[in-house]
Amino acid sequence: MPFFRIRSLLLAGSLALAASACVTINIYFPAAAAEKAADRIIDEVWQTHENQPPQAAPAEQGAGQ
Amino acid sequence: MNARHGVPGWMRWLMAGLLGCMMAFAVQAQGNLEIDTPAISALKSSMQKRHGQLAPLYASGAIGLAADGSIALRDASAVPLAQRGSVNALVAAENADRSALYREVARANQHPEWEADVRSTFAQRWIDRAPAGWWVQRGGSWVKK
Repeated sequence: MPFFRIRSLLLAGSLALAASACVTINIYFPAAAAEKAADRIIDEVWQTHENQPPQAAPAEQGAGQ
Repeated sequence: MNARHGVPGWMRWLMAGLLGCMMAFAVQAQGNLEIDTPAISALKSSMQKRHGQLAPLYASGAIGLAADGSIALRDASAVPLAQRGSVNALVAAENADRSALYREVARANQHPEWEADVRSTFAQRWIDRAPAGWWVQRGGSWVKK
C-alpha cells in the first residue's frame, strides 16, 4: 500500500525533526538563566541581599551629595 | 483495512508525548541553571569567607575585578610591603575558586563546554554589581566605578 507507506514515512520524518529540535534547544547556552544563577551566587558571596544591581537609587540618602 | 487507522493514531500519541517532553525540557533549560550541588556550595562558602579579607582591598583599589571573571592585583603600592605576599595568596586562592566555580556550574548542568560562557556571564555580573569605588576592567583598562 504506497499511500500508507508515504504517510508513515512522513510521520517518521517529523518525529526525527522533533527529536533534533529537542537536541538543538538544549545545546544553546541559556544566557538569561546563567545571569540569574550568577546573581544568586554573587548575592551569597558578597552578602548583598537585594536582587537589583546597586545602581538602584538609595532612597534614604536624602542629605547626601 | 483495519490497521490503516490504528497505526497513525498510535504514532500521533507518541508525537504528542515527545512534543510535550520537548517543551518541558525547553522550559527547564531556559528557566534556571542548576547551582545547588555540594561542590558549588563549598566554593560559595569558601569565597564568602574570603570576601571579608578582600572587601577592603577592593575598596582601596589594590585589587580589581578583571574582565575575564577573575580578580587581579592592580595597584600593589596600595598594599604595605609586608602584606603583599598574603594579598597575592588571597588573589590566587580566589581565582582558583572562581575557575572551579565556573567549571562546576557548567558541569552541574551537564554541559562542561559551557564553562567559557559561564565565565563571561559571571565576569559581566561581578563588574555590573560592584559597588561604587571599586575598580573594574572595561575594554582592557581599569576604571573606578
